Amino acid sequence: MNNIGFLAILRRDLLLAVRYRGDLANPLIFFFIVIALIPLGLTPDSKELSEIAPGMLWITALLASLLSLDGLFKDDFADGTLEQIIILPQPLYFMVLAKTIVHWVVTGLPLSLLAPVLGLMLSLPETGYLPLMLSLLIGTAILSLIGSVGAALTLPLNKEGILLSLIVIPFYMPVLIFGSNMVVLAVDGLSIASPLAIMGALLALSLLISPYVTSCALRLSIYG
Amino acid sequence: MPDPKNILMNQASVKTLSLKDLSFQRNEKFLFSNISLTLESGDILQILGQNGSGKTTLLRLISTALRPYSGEIIWQGKNVNDIRESYLEDVLFLGHQPGLKRLLSAEENLVWWRRLNKTNLSKNVNAFEEVGLYNHKDEPCNYLSVGQLKRAALARLYVSEAKLWILDEPFTSIDKEFSIKLKSLIVSHLKRGGIVVLATHQDLKIENMKYFSISDLSGATSE
Repeated sequence: MNNIGFLAILRRDLLLAVRYRGDLANPLIFFFIVIALIPLGLTPDSKELSEIAPGMLWITALLASLLSLDGLFKDDFADGTLEQIIILPQPLYFMVLAKTIVHWVVTGLPLSLLAPVLGLMLSLPETGYLPLMLSLLIGTAILSLIGSVGAALTLPLNKEGILLSLIVIPFYMPVLIFGSNMVVLAVDGLSIASPLAIMGALLALSLLISPYVTSCALRLSIYG
Repeated sequence: MPDPKNILMNQASVKTLSLKDLSFQRNEKFLFSNISLTLESGDILQILGQNGSGKTTLLRLISTALRPYSGEIIWQGKNVNDIRESYLEDVLFLGHQPGLKRLLSAEENLVWWRRLNKTNLSKNVNAFEEVGLYNHKDEPCNYLSVGQLKRAALARLYVSEAKLWILDEPFTSIDKEFSIKLKSLIVSHLKRGGIVVLATHQDLKIENMKYFSISDLSGATSE
């Protein structure tokens, strides 16, 4: 019974994402611009670039995902649909999960797919492409899940940008460390098994906990 | 001698909603305290009170969107916190905001809402004819006027199977003609054994209407 609401929200939010195409492109454009500026601002030397590439790609992807967070519940809050969702005869957990999945599909997924192209601009060695995509696919999903908690907590505030970053960035750090570490290890020709295992564990943990925490935060936030 | 047929019908379909000593606190002040009342099938309750007196808050408490500070809401003899999902299947709540996505059409919005509420999906066209939006049902809600948005939100009343309607200011920004229609819709819902709780400043002149005024309790203070 639960997946009726889950699927309805998933479908509607994907449809809305397609109609708000402009918003959809924002994080991608940000990602692209920052990476394109790095060789111009730092150094065009491919050896130096390839050393900083994994970290740079990961930091930029993290910021791009963070940038798109504050719209996660804002529109639904403003037009009253969030109120309708909260009083549905179904667990809020699945509704929140559906919204978070859509957020990942429209930000994390395209970022991950675009990353090898930008890796090329930073002279990332070819052996790093697949691990980069893999680490971003898992990592951005964790970022969306953690970020939804922050977005829900800061929902009633008008200027949530700074507070939202302050709340979620500490939780983003392990993801950044293990994510970029995975790419560095792959470039050096070492096994990526251990950071991959830790990322998988983080994903499982946040998948289980964060929609629940987000739904509690939404109930608190919505009527101040 | 009561009609035996009537008793049978009552046992099967009478619904009861009671509020027991309901209180709500905001910023350490009671908005209202110890509200107790009972509504049965066919009852309509109009909540009166000045702007900001807590009408919307009371409606949100009844719809379980907000939790009371103390007291209970009882549906069919059970606390709604214990039977939340089956209670909410019987509830239709329309808030201040229409709850419509601006980039979706009125029809897409209604279909979405019905999917979530598991109502039968075959009656949409009728609902939009009833609210007079049949020719606009495929336009994005962006293009609708405030009154039309309200009508699009009220279209849910025509497709809902909920017994308890909780309506927050349903008569604002709709024209006279549709107000009359909405009133007769409410009356027919009551005749089918439904319950309506609404906040409005209009005098509806519906038979056996019950009133509850929050301002009566303005003396209630926090101890």
